[in-house]
Amino acid sequence: MIQHLHPETIRKDFAIFNAHPDLVYLDSAATSQTPIQVTDAVLNYYESFNANVHRTIYSIGNEATQAYEAARKKIADFIGAEDAASVIFTKSATEAINLVAHAWGRKNLSAGDEILITEMEHHSNIVPWQLTAKETGGDLKYIPISQEGELEDWENCISEKTKLVAITHQSNVFGTINPIKELAAKAHAAGALVLVDAAQSVPHSKVNVQELGCDFFAFSGHKMLGPTGVGVLYGKTDLLEKMDPFLGGGEMIKTVTMETSTWNEIPHKFEAGTPNIAQAIGLGAAADYLNDIGMENVYAHEQELLQYTLNALGDLPGITIHGNPKKRGGVVSFNVDGIHPHDAAQFLDDDGIAVRAGHHCAQPIMQKLGVAATCRASAYLYNTKSDIDKLHDSLEKVKSVFN
Amino acid sequence: MAGKPGYQYVMQDIRELYQEVILDHNQNPRNFGPLESANREAEGFNPLCGDQLKLYADIENDAIKDIHFDGSGCAIFKASSSIMTELAKGKSVEEADTLFDQFHELVTTGSADAESLGKLAVMAGVHQYPARVKCASLAWHTLKNILDGSNETVTTE
Ligand SMILES: Cc1ncc(COP(=O)(O)O)c(C=O)c1O
Repeated sequence: MIQHLHPETIRKDFAIFNAHPDLVYLDSAATSQTPIQVTDAVLNYYESFNANVHRTIYSIGNEATQAYEAARKKIADFIGAEDAASVIFTKSATEAINLVAHAWGRKNLSAGDEILITEMEHHSNIVPWQLTAKETGGDLKYIPISQEGELEDWENCISEKTKLVAITHQSNVFGTINPIKELAAKAHAAGALVLVDAAQSVPHSKVNVQELGCDFFAFSGHKMLGPTGVGVLYGKTDLLEKMDPFLGGGEMIKTVTMETSTWNEIPHKFEAGTPNIAQAIGLGAAADYLNDIGMENVYAHEQELLQYTLNALGDLPGITIHGNPKKRGGVVSFNVDGIHPHDAAQFLDDDGIAVRAGHHCAQPIMQKLGVAATCRASAYLYNTKSDIDKLHDSLEKVKSVFN
Repeated sequence: MAGKPGYQYVMQDIRELYQEVILDHNQNPRNFGPLESANREAEGFNPLCGDQLKLYADIENDAIKDIHFDGSGCAIFKASSSIMTELAKGKSVEEADTLFDQFHELVTTGSADAESLGKLAVMAGVHQYPARVKCASLAWHTLKNILDGSNETVTTE
């Protein structure tokens, strides 16, 4: 039986709602708010065992190393990874994708090879592949999307030439949840690898990288209640072992002579220099927090809010909601007819409502929709129906000012 | 929203930003659309909002005989562009340069000599909204390019 999540109780864990009791925060797809359990974990590291990891023999150094590696294990469990060594801490989802583009893409792709992405990608899953294609002579291909915000005819986009499919798990504009499992099966049958941009899915639903069958999987800590400055790359261990390093420096080496070096074991091979220790520990605490609540409950709560939002905005004349994917998360992009999103968002802000207005780092989608920008409301576990009511009422007000 | 103690939070009235004059220029932009007689053109782009601007000017003997703008964007951008064309039209290049400086001072510092501002005064509210300064400035920076004879597209990033 699904145990319902109580946003009112959850909000008490988020200090921001103390500082701003009237804040209606509907921009979690950009960055989530941070519970005290996470800020406490970060603070506790700095106050109780602040030391570098993997390099010390004194006890607080051991404690730091243990906490850092425990965080890695928590993240591995959170995404269903087979082995903690398959989890690399990066600074963000963006860096995780760039790591693969450099350490795998530049090495394994050559002229005529195809990198297949989709029209609904975030810039962070477009630009690294443009650069890789340019450098390797490979071709960058796009799976088209429909006006509903769903992939179109993706089956026929995968061919023998496809060497990598890099695709978002959940769209940050439409909320579309893509059929990764089916796509990965087809890609693997064609001999291609699959990278999943999970920046929008890991925070909002239960994921399992082994069930999805992906080879690489990237996400950011700050969108899942964790601190900024930490992201994750999951990679299948055999792939990671075969890959050359991304960045060079301390920690990632086994031996260094004047001429050459040998590489450390994974995951350390990909974590050059002092890692983001505090942030990784904070991210581990975020995973604990989400586990306590239950990702099924988070998902169910957001689905309920999503329906409520679609109904509330649908009730207002002159609102265009972009996309209508069948399977979607709690993200709604919309425009108020005749009012630029930045103007609308400015008035919403005046009522304490934070929504995103802009191109959402997804300019190809904006071109497809024929708009320069949209407003986007995205919900998380701390949002309530009353937040959505306020959004509705404030939008009504905006319309009256401009009409 | 209440600020934390020790954190100065200035109450702003959004209607200082969106004054009637601004809403009016947004709804009915003046000097809008291409200008047949133009002998100078410049483009501007604000990647943050996606504001896009094309300016057309007819400048003869160091005087702005006519000036038009075309493009799309938010209300602040549109109104500011419209007001800019009204103000620049009929001015000498030197006078327009002075207007640019006044505008710049106004939106970045919020302070300016109110007497000499005239119509420009409606843009004063922008200063309180740092994220919108770029929207208001695009037309003026593009005008500056025209005055300086530069062909580069203005971007506000
Ligand atoms: C789908 C998607 N991918 C990637 C990213 C990039 O995340 P970050 O900026 O944390 O690297 C985002 C963030 O907006 C996103 O929404």
